[in-house]
Amino acid sequence: MNDSKKVIPLLEVRNVSKYFGSVIALRDISMQVNGGEVTCVLGDNGAGKSTLIKILSGVHPHDDGELLVEGHSVHFGGPRDARAAGISVVFQDLATVPLMSIWRNFFLGSEPTLGIGPARRLDIGFAKKVMREEMGKMGIDVRDPNQPVGTLSGGERQAVAIARAVYFGAKVLILDEPTSALGVRQSGIVLKYVVQARERGLGVIFITHNPHHAFPVGDRFVLLNRGRLMGSFAKSETTLAELTQMMAGGEELERLSKELEKMATEPELEQVARELAQEAGGKPG
Amino acid sequence: MSVASQPVPAPAPSAKEAGADERTGGVRLIVRLLQRPELGALLGAMAVYALFATVDATPGHRFSSIAGMQNWTDVASSYGIMAVAVALLMIGGEFDLSAGVMTGTSGLLLGMMITRYQLNVWVGIVVVLVFAAVIGAMNGLLVIRTKLPSFIITLATFFVLRGVDVGVTKLLTNTVRFDVSDHAPGFASAQAILGSTFLAPYNFQDAVLWWIAITIIATWVLTQTTFGNWIFAVGGDANAARAVGVPVVRTKIILFMVTAMSAGLVGIMVALRFKGIQSGQGVGQEFFYIIAAVVGGCLLTGGYGSAIGASIGALIIGFAQIGIIFAGWESDWYYTFLGVILFLAVGVNTVVRRRASSARR
Ligand SMILES: Nc1ncnc2c1ncn2[C@@H]1O[C@H](COP(=O)(O)OP(=O)(O)O)[C@@H](O)[C@H]1O
Ligand SMILES: [Mg+2]
Repeated sequence: MNDSKKVIPLLEVRNVSKYFGSVIALRDISMQVNGGEVTCVLGDNGAGKSTLIKILSGVHPHDDGELLVEGHSVHFGGPRDARAAGISVVFQDLATVPLMSIWRNFFLGSEPTLGIGPARRLDIGFAKKVMREEMGKMGIDVRDPNQPVGTLSGGERQAVAIARAVYFGAKVLILDEPTSALGVRQSGIVLKYVVQARERGLGVIFITHNPHHAFPVGDRFVLLNRGRLMGSFAKSETTLAELTQMMAGGEELERLSKELEKMATEPELEQVARELAQEAGGKPG
Repeated sequence: MSVASQPVPAPAPSAKEAGADERTGGVRLIVRLLQRPELGALLGAMAVYALFATVDATPGHRFSSIAGMQNWTDVASSYGIMAVAVALLMIGGEFDLSAGVMTGTSGLLLGMMITRYQLNVWVGIVVVLVFAAVIGAMNGLLVIRTKLPSFIITLATFFVLRGVDVGVTKLLTNTVRFDVSDHAPGFASAQAILGSTFLAPYNFQDAVLWWIAITIIATWVLTQTTFGNWIFAVGGDANAARAVGVPVVRTKIILFMVTAMSAGLVGIMVALRFKGIQSGQGVGQEFFYIIAAVVGGCLLTGGYGSAIGASIGALIIGFAQIGIIFAGWESDWYYTFLGVILFLAVGVNTVVRRRASSARR
């Protein structure tokens, strides 16, 4: 046994299954999340990605299998338990309150206070200072802490949520489709923050259905398909083209591109068909 | 905030380095002012004051005298206390249409306990406030449980209480009014604090002091405390608030309770001041509270507003009600005037907020 040499993963999922009545949402899923690594969970709609995160973040209990945090088997009673164990989720739309200032958002739900009894009040100076510092660590210079979060770009809003999770002790950071609603440029900014969080030693779980976003930042890739583990690869074991093909299901894409070609009377559609054919063929688009 | 990847607005071509810095400072100050929810209300209040000071037809220009001030602060305070509570609730994302009738119900309850059961007035006051807290909690619980809009739930409460007010009063007194006997134990001390006047020759109402105190406390809670942070959050985005651990349900229920208890306080003050209360007291006033809050910069959709703004809104209502009388106009125009003000305020709020939220510095 080489157990003594093995690093204990921050978070480990062992043969976990989850049933909703007769629906098998997840079956026999295993994965590991290490500090300083980005683990990408890839899968089409309905593959079970959200269900997996909900188990990891304490929203749902798992039905079979084991969940281990730093080597210890755990059963979360709720999201608070998960957060206490250092697992934080940044949801796409649940991240921040747009009309509230950056500093108020940063400390929302965990406000620092001064004084006691009826004189207890927010420690606004401290809150602004810490928020500035933490955002600075992500490479963002906040000039006006009173600026409403709603006036930030989508990528910056995610940055606020990530910085907040890190400041409040997250060891494992779960990002649920953080780029799905963003444009190319904003997605790039978010990917930069993902890398930054990894560099600070966090274990990052990056949920996406876009292999083009996952591949550049990921260290390992977990593919889900209809609730089953389709494969689990280190970056050295796979390529972007392979990931793309596996995710979409090669034959299906090929069929789709043929159909599109038949219907294609407009140049844009032809272009789409060609791209599909390319991805199905495994050549990088 | 400035991010490397964000497009930077082109600097004015002629601005020198030092000049540009100063200009930036100036812009930021204006932006910060525009971000204040009460700014529009303050400008509006100044305009309305100037208008009625100008059209004042009374001898000696009563509107702009201290006697006139006594008149409009009296009106404004009667709306202002509730406007502040309703503003907090509105910032928290909810309405309370039963807030007006609740003042009547509370006053009548006090009258009933004092006159029929010879209770000590102070005991009666405590009972009324507890009763109001229960009604408020019920409003809140029903809104949370049914997930129906608070508009509908509190409309139902409004009508239930309105019927109870008249029905019970008629049943017990055969009239539509409850007298409050000034011989009741504790009446003198309670009235001295809650229903009397101060500043001898001018005789400002006690309610004015309560209004100012409540505005200050509400502002402090809203801007300086954890609970205030939660109020903005539950009104701005309840799901996001819940996701970071804000007790959304508790916050909303407390806001409903505070609103109903404020109505309790106002009802008590009316009953003590006039030594009696009409069974229809407060009906229809809920709209004035909402107008004051909206004129004061509160967003109907929640998450944004201020207590000071709501008080300034109440002040505008006071200016209008007294100003129209002093101008010698038909007093019915008062409603039309408030309607126009409400239109303008909503317009100004929209513009101001859009400007503030697109200001990217
Ligand atoms: N609360 C639930 N009750 C019943 N079925 C559910 C529930 N949540 C998810 N499912 C089912 O589990 C499967 C996986 O869903 P989900 O985890 O949301 O997929 P993904 O996030 O990858 O799109 C789907 O078939 C979905 O219908
Ligand atoms: Mg999903």
